[in-house]
Amino acid sequence: MDPEPKKPEDSPSNSGNSHGPVHPQSPFPDEALEKVLSFVDSHKDRSSISLVRKDWYNAERWTRSKLFIGNCYAVSPEIVAKRFRRIKSVTLKGKPRFSDFNMLPLDWGADVYPWLVMFAKVYPFLEELRLKRMTITDEGLELLAKSFPCFKALSLSSCDGFTENGLKAIASHCRNLTEVNIQDSITEDVGGGWLSCFPENFSSLEILNFSSLNGDVNFDDLERLVSRCKLLRVLKVNESITLDELQRLLVHAPRLTELGTGSFLQELTPRQYEEIETAFCNCRNLQVLSGLWEATSVYLPLLYGACASLTFLNLSVATTLQSGEFAKFLAHCPNLRCLWVSDTVEDKGLEAVGLSCPLLEELRVYPADPYDRDHLDGVTELGFLAVSRGCPKLHYVLYFCRRMTNAAVVTIVQNCPNFTHFRLCIMTPSQPDYLTNEPMDEAFGAVVKTCPKIKRLSVSGLLTDRTFEYIGKYAKDLETLSVAFAGSSDWGMQCIMEGCPKLRKLEIRDCPFGDAALLSGREKYEMMRSLWMSACSVTMKGCRLLARESPRLNVEVIREEGGNEAQALKVYVYRSVAGPRQDAPPFVLTL
Amino acid sequence: MSIPQEHDYIGLSEPLSSEKISYKMAAAAAEGVTPSLNVEKIGVFNLKETELRLGLPGSEAPDRKGGIGIGVSLFGKELKGESMCVKSFVSGAKRGFSDAINGAGKWGLSINGGSAAGLGENGGSNVKEEIPALKPVEERKNGASITAPASKAQVVGWPPIRSFRKNTLATNTPKKDDAAGKPGPGCLYVKVSMDGAPYLRKIDLKTYCSYPEISAALEKMFSCFTIGQCGQGLAAKEHLSESHLMDLLHGSEYVLTYEDKDGDWMLVGDVPWEMFTDSCRRLRIMKGADAIGLAPRTMQKCKSQN
Repeated sequence: MDPEPKKPEDSPSNSGNSHGPVHPQSPFPDEALEKVLSFVDSHKDRSSISLVRKDWYNAERWTRSKLFIGNCYAVSPEIVAKRFRRIKSVTLKGKPRFSDFNMLPLDWGADVYPWLVMFAKVYPFLEELRLKRMTITDEGLELLAKSFPCFKALSLSSCDGFTENGLKAIASHCRNLTEVNIQDSITEDVGGGWLSCFPENFSSLEILNFSSLNGDVNFDDLERLVSRCKLLRVLKVNESITLDELQRLLVHAPRLTELGTGSFLQELTPRQYEEIETAFCNCRNLQVLSGLWEATSVYLPLLYGACASLTFLNLSVATTLQSGEFAKFLAHCPNLRCLWVSDTVEDKGLEAVGLSCPLLEELRVYPADPYDRDHLDGVTELGFLAVSRGCPKLHYVLYFCRRMTNAAVVTIVQNCPNFTHFRLCIMTPSQPDYLTNEPMDEAFGAVVKTCPKIKRLSVSGLLTDRTFEYIGKYAKDLETLSVAFAGSSDWGMQCIMEGCPKLRKLEIRDCPFGDAALLSGREKYEMMRSLWMSACSVTMKGCRLLARESPRLNVEVIREEGGNEAQALKVYVYRSVAGPRQDAPPFVLTL
Repeated sequence: MSIPQEHDYIGLSEPLSSEKISYKMAAAAAEGVTPSLNVEKIGVFNLKETELRLGLPGSEAPDRKGGIGIGVSLFGKELKGESMCVKSFVSGAKRGFSDAINGAGKWGLSINGGSAAGLGENGGSNVKEEIPALKPVEERKNGASITAPASKAQVVGWPPIRSFRKNTLATNTPKKDDAAGKPGPGCLYVKVSMDGAPYLRKIDLKTYCSYPEISAALEKMFSCFTIGQCGQGLAAKEHLSESHLMDLLHGSEYVLTYEDKDGDWMLVGDVPWEMFTDSCRRLRIMKGADAIGLAPRTMQKCKSQN
């Protein structure tokens, strides 16, 4: 019997009795179905499969090996343990996204420890753990290190709660580690001593990323580690590693596909310069380049030799970069698809992007000086226009600017109608079109009207309810919407709740949306992952009403000191099969 | 052409009274009413009552012009007027915490209100440029009507930049007066951490020439965190209760310390400036409660945390 993944109907009929239990109406035995399903990876597909019929549900749950939980509170460890028995890889996401911007109090939750306890009991063959916006303590890391002999990959994105002691446990105990990937960590000094804890015979590492940890590491230990891990393809060091140290690492790992440099600021002798230049030239497989702290135009040419195959360049922390040298650098990167840059390159730099990067699909422009309102530099609508003209494949943009016009955005989306992610942040809240002084409604109206595939939208500037009328009406594929300082009345939010059939995540802050708006979505929230509303006009009464009407929703209010008792200043609503949180801290009211 | 609208979201500009929520201004704008700054709202800054200070021995922070101030200079007003540091410096000797603590008297920080320059982040930039900017605001603060945006009150979580990114930006903000924009080899970056703050900052010691400068700069840099703590409760722009403010003031006295080349934690201000910049490896704004009265073990604790 030779099951083909795509055509289960063609499998042999149920006449053979050596194939195990067979259901009367099923065209093929369970084992066949399970074999077929073992090829299905996507959790969305598996979700659909599990809904077809009971035996498919069972076959699916027995064969699922990768678990994806988009909201750790939507389900409980117990429920998961009962349903799935053979999990090897887990992805867990915790806090709402606004926690990245310090809008959530500390100790809000999303501690992975209870999950680890369950995994240790039920999934002893766990190989991968990927966490996003969760808290993992040293205790958790130690439990992880000691409970899973096959453990291979640890990825922590925007996580907190740990110190180098936890990482030491991982390095010391996990013999088969292939990946240690720590991104955007929100811890204080973690310390770098853990890098020295890998055993001398340990050589399986393929991915090592500690770029966001700020502890000094012992370079000799790092060098030895890199030299013996022959399969290393991703190396992202932190700022403590100097240029000449980087050169020594590159000599050991010329086959890197992704490199995050350390500090790019160093006085180099001519010989050192040459050595480093050569080392970079030898990196012929480099696709992703990041780091480049304190990179100045003086040393950028060192990189030229490594840029031919570069597809993703992250210069977002190279905030001393100016447009001239940046343009020269870009000329060496013809294959760029993804570019992250600081706004110090200014509109001129973005013009160079438009000229040099015809294949560009994603652009992110971060502000070098986000809090200085006197700072008149940075990028404007002109830079964005220039990129849109030269890069027709552009579909993902994150753009921080201090001024924008409706007309510019209309033109931009005409040039690039394929936008899937349009995140525009005009940094002064509620700022109108700077030329016409009108609201920015027409800009976002143009985005949703012209870009049918829009999946993610972040709006900013002065916006009335009209923006939300447009979004509700036209953005049929929209899944994530972020709104700040916008709207005129409840009607705005109602338009969203009544439109946008595919909406999954809605995050709102500082908008005039009240209880009526909140309640207008009560039928929709169960089809969404979550709703966040802060500093709006929602009251406790409204929240309680929503909670009462929707038993499958968790409605949580985060209480703050000094707040008015009747107001609900931070509201987090999400669907859950696990009921209200059991671990809520005292300032989180679960209604 | 409209003036960029300033909205004081923190709400500390009004003395202990509730404030309309800012979006109503936007709503007004949307309805076609030209938004004008609500002068009454921004009118009175209670700057003196709620000020974050990081004063140093023998110094008065340059922008303090006397006045009521609940806050106390970090290293004690008692030392005001004395020539800085020299008399307490014995060559070759280092003062540990207990000596410095016993000598200096009461320290504390108060919380900064809507100070104009107070809440911006300006890692590494030249403090000298900022001091003149403070003066115009202080002149205005006594109730004179304001036509230009004066409040630089920082909104929590806006613009939406992640914490880790703020760390790196603190180092790399280009100096406006440096045409090449390149930090030279003579720069001396040290990390500054503050107990309870979600991220570190880095500053270039070479851009400062004296303790008052660095103290003013750090004050500005970190005031947003103490705001954050009481800002959690102010997110609704509700009034700040007196008892709440008092709790913050008395509960959160901060001490500026640094780790020197030998790994010892010292109080900032004890040694001549040049010696300080030579030996300082990192800075830490520590809770006074941790430092005072725990001197020998504090040293221990600091060491083990590294």
